[in-house]
Amino acid sequence: MSSSALEGANAVEVRGLSKVFNAGRQDAVEALLDTDLMIRPGEFVSLIGPSGCGKSTQLRLIANLTEPTTGTVLVNGKAARAARLDQDYGMAFQQAGLFEWRSVTKNVELPLELKGWDKARRRSRALEMLDLVKLSEFVDHFPWQLSGGMQQRVAIARALAAHPPLLLMDEPFGALDEMTREHMQTELLRICGETSTTVVFVTHSIPEAVFLSTRVVVMSPRPGRITEVVDVDLGPDRGVDTRETEAFFAKVTEVREALRGIQPADVEPDIEQVAEEL
Amino acid sequence: MRRSPGQAFALAWPPLLFGAVFLLVWETAVRVFDFQPYFLAAPSAIWDAFRANTSLIWEATRVSGMNAFVGLLVGTAIGVAMAFLLARFRLVDDLLSPLAVALNAIPIFVLVAVFNNMYPVTSEVPRRLMVTLVVYFIVLVNVARGLREVGSVYLDLMRSYAASDVTILRKVRVPHAVPYLFTALRIAAPAAVITAFVSEYFGGLQNGLGSRIVSNIALSNNAEAWAYVLGACLLGLAFFLAAVTLERVATPGGLGARERDGA
Repeated sequence: MSSSALEGANAVEVRGLSKVFNAGRQDAVEALLDTDLMIRPGEFVSLIGPSGCGKSTQLRLIANLTEPTTGTVLVNGKAARAARLDQDYGMAFQQAGLFEWRSVTKNVELPLELKGWDKARRRSRALEMLDLVKLSEFVDHFPWQLSGGMQQRVAIARALAAHPPLLLMDEPFGALDEMTREHMQTELLRICGETSTTVVFVTHSIPEAVFLSTRVVVMSPRPGRITEVVDVDLGPDRGVDTRETEAFFAKVTEVREALRGIQPADVEPDIEQVAEEL
Repeated sequence: MRRSPGQAFALAWPPLLFGAVFLLVWETAVRVFDFQPYFLAAPSAIWDAFRANTSLIWEATRVSGMNAFVGLLVGTAIGVAMAFLLARFRLVDDLLSPLAVALNAIPIFVLVAVFNNMYPVTSEVPRRLMVTLVVYFIVLVNVARGLREVGSVYLDLMRSYAASDVTILRKVRVPHAVPYLFTALRIAAPAAVITAFVSEYFGGLQNGLGSRIVSNIALSNNAEAWAYVLGACLLGLAFFLAAVTLERVATPGGLGARERDGA
């Protein structure tokens, strides 16, 4: 891909990546087939496509939460496993996944705790991150005292607490209502801008992908593969008004056209389940 | 976060009123219909018997209570230890879990008769063993579930932090299992008292609450028998309250607090 022509290490390099679940069996599923993807530092790349197109699988492969059948993944120029062990990325899921026995601050401190930071240092970083996601008033609350959107903001603060250069997000706003969702998108762009983080973002929503991304990667199922990549040149300063511009609508249409004709997989493999069995 | 005294009163008065009315109706019925003491003793007679025998009832309560307490402690310790083994080794789990479920389906009280044969007549061990066994299963099943049934999102997160299995156990599985342990204790504490108590019906030393109830009924000392029942109720209640209090102290931000706030 031409995007690899830039100097320096790519944030993410995916080459010839394939993942087959239940390989060699009757119910084998080609979740991902021969995928290439280069992501430069500072990019915001969305993976979009119908259920079963392998977008989540690709994200989990980049995160080294599952091993590829063939192909390689490099994160910051390192093998995916080494990058995971060095905690080179932060991750957020559709479920906020906060630990309910920990206060908001303690939740944000967790990755730092595991990195062996001392108490004072991780405390001050956690407060700084909570300030960034505008939750300074809730530092001593417990997760169940917060709304869904606030919980997701804590999850983002936690994912970015160690200042990783890369943020991997698997439909993080999928469970939120439309208004909260648009607000969270604006907040995410602001936060990633302030921290200059590279983001790989899995979503089902076309407007969400267009609003957030510098590039939208369109994928199709059976077998999961990349069918088109749409560059989104809406500039770095995107706000509430961006969603009402002609350029935004044009890009939404372009992505929708790219998705047209792609049928969802007949049977969606339960990737989580299959992945755990392996 | 705390309930105010006013709120506590609002919650407490309906059951208190109901209890008072119930006792009043009981007392009145006994007097009006002139029930004989061997048929049904009046609350006032039971209260008199309770006050007249306080030291004896206390002694019997201490014996049964100690049996329940020792069994509860040992059963919880073994149950928790076993739960860790089950969560760590799938093979042990596959071997033991069906067995635990099967054993739980049998009314295992009757085993105390077997234990009684194994020890001298004056030994408290058979009853404590029985309590241990009952508590053990309750604790094992709940804690093992707490250690194992951690959502996949938490495991993914911990793996993304490059956490080892030991770290995941320490930071995720154990804290996740704590509310399960307290749920188990809330069931197991009264169950321990009941078991300690019913075990006395199967022979052995005649010094606990259960034995005293049986012997008083045999002598038609109905009011005295009821007085010991009252002692048994208070003991069961004390164990339950102790378990609940322990839960609230130990999990300030967890499930206990949430139930307290009605959230």
